[in-house]
Amino acid sequence: MHAVRGISLEILAGEFVAVMGASGSGKSTLMNMIGALDRPTGGHYWLDGIDISTLNRDALADIRNEKIGFVFQGFNLLSRTSALENVEMPMLYHRHRIHSQEQRECAMHALELVGLGPRADHHPNQLSGGQQQRVAIARALVNRPALLLADEPTGNLDSQTSIEIMGVFQKLNDQGITIIMVTHELDIARYTKRNVILRDGKIVTDSTVADRLNAEVEIGRLKEAQQAVKLA
Amino acid sequence: MRIFASLRIAGRALRRNKMRSLLTMLGIIIGVGAVIGSVSLTTGATKQVEDQVASLGENVITVFSGNFTSGAMRGGWGSAPTLTLDDAKAVAQLPDVLAVSPEVRDREQILANGLNWNTQVMGESPDYPQILNRSIASGVMFGDQDVRSLAKSAVIGKTVADQLFPNENPVGQTVRIRNLPFQIVGMLTPKGFNLFGQDQDDVVVVPYSSHMHRITARTFLNDILVEATSDKTILKAQNEITDLLTVRHRSKDPDFTVRNQADLMDRVSSSSRIMGRLLAGVAAVSLIVGGIGIMNIMLVSVTERTREIGIRMAVGARAADILVQFLIEAVTLSAIGGFIGIIGGMTFSWLIAYFQHWPTVTPTVWIVVAFISSALIGVFSGFYPAWKASKLDPIDALHYE
Repeated sequence: MHAVRGISLEILAGEFVAVMGASGSGKSTLMNMIGALDRPTGGHYWLDGIDISTLNRDALADIRNEKIGFVFQGFNLLSRTSALENVEMPMLYHRHRIHSQEQRECAMHALELVGLGPRADHHPNQLSGGQQQRVAIARALVNRPALLLADEPTGNLDSQTSIEIMGVFQKLNDQGITIIMVTHELDIARYTKRNVILRDGKIVTDSTVADRLNAEVEIGRLKEAQQAVKLA
Repeated sequence: MRIFASLRIAGRALRRNKMRSLLTMLGIIIGVGAVIGSVSLTTGATKQVEDQVASLGENVITVFSGNFTSGAMRGGWGSAPTLTLDDAKAVAQLPDVLAVSPEVRDREQILANGLNWNTQVMGESPDYPQILNRSIASGVMFGDQDVRSLAKSAVIGKTVADQLFPNENPVGQTVRIRNLPFQIVGMLTPKGFNLFGQDQDDVVVVPYSSHMHRITARTFLNDILVEATSDKTILKAQNEITDLLTVRHRSKDPDFTVRNQADLMDRVSSSSRIMGRLLAGVAAVSLIVGGIGIMNIMLVSVTERTREIGIRMAVGARAADILVQFLIEAVTLSAIGGFIGIIGGMTFSWLIAYFQHWPTVTPTVWIVVAFISSALIGVFSGFYPAWKASKLDPIDALHYE
């Protein structure tokens, strides 16, 4: 039984792709493979010019460390560990030793990038869901990966916070970071540039997003609506 | 390997569960504390014994006469009259011999001051105090002149002085041995009981010539006390004595025995060494139990933190990184436990020394051994859980609930 069969997918640097599909469509398997957590039983996967399908466990770990940033649905931050230390974590496993002073600076910079600079010493339980996800994004970015991989990043967030997170992604994408995101929410997928829809392990749709939404505009609209509700 | 980072991660993980970490360490703390405590006690006891043996006199060789056998009855060492004064004089001429005291012993009822007391009367040479490392507290030791003239001079121990001259200075007074008046010329500095429970101060020492001619009318010696020139020449002197006496006695079976202090020391300290080994064995068992405790907690910890392991692997931790992280955690636990155990064991032995007045000595080598072995226990008991953690699949670990 193969969860994903005969897929040929090319994603170029600077793209922002949403992978969609019902549960059982094979998108988790695809994501595990793209994320170098798993190897395909057949076929090849090239990331940044490297054939991932031939690498061993340690080499895969190094690829994850240097080339890929993960953002998960459940944030997956270490509890009772400050935001800053969570963001520093991938640097601990970098193949070239990074001086702790430099680690601190890089982590701080990444947190500022997602707008959480002032909350660097907060622990995850002191942060809201959206803030936790921003910490996770900062952690994913800290080793300057070629690819940011987000697995249902808005699944645990309310709609306004979801749009805010999409805003962060759009801003990062504008800076040239490639993002692949799994989601099953159609309106969230509209913030991306390209939508890939899977069914039964095969790609059924691969299209550019025509009516792309801008997160900043949408947030402004949402706030206006809230204002109107309060006034009325 | 990023050791400092791993140390920091381990420290944080242990601080997160302070109570659990402390309880886990307790096994090692008790084990190491028991090792250090028992070693301190037995080393102290051994050292005390050795000091006592050394205080019997340094470089001392004792020549006992052979055992006396009559039919099926066999007497102990010194029961057969085989050693003579000429033997002693010949021994004194040997190159590696510093001093000699021909020894004759007898128990006598002695009288003085209207009181009487049964004590050991020893015939010795003027070198007796020097050989046995004793000194004269007051008065003088009798001299060679006294030996030549069969002088009725005596040096007494403190116990005898206390019994016969309760509130007086005994020096200059007279004590009667077999009704002969001996003048007390000196008093030995008290030395207390020896290893065998004998009171070394319950003694009267007279010139051997006076003892042999005036008191017992004996021609044979019980034994000969010999002092070698140095601790390096003891064995040489011992061999010289053996050779000399074998020739002099013209006997195939040696009718004498030559012993030195080292032999005695060996025999006495072997018992306390056995005791020490026994205690160390018990302590080692408790260390192993402590190690099992650490392994148990580490296994629980690995299961609890499966998701954390998944996250770390997802951001690029290699299997070796995870292995080292958990290994360092286990070693940190056991090493801190070992350190606390060493402090505890030393405190315990210090308290024993202070309140029970037992001599305790904590050898530095054992402190090092205890620390290293507790760290090794951490490595051994932490390895299996750490290996298990490192073999987790990142995808399964990430989705572990």
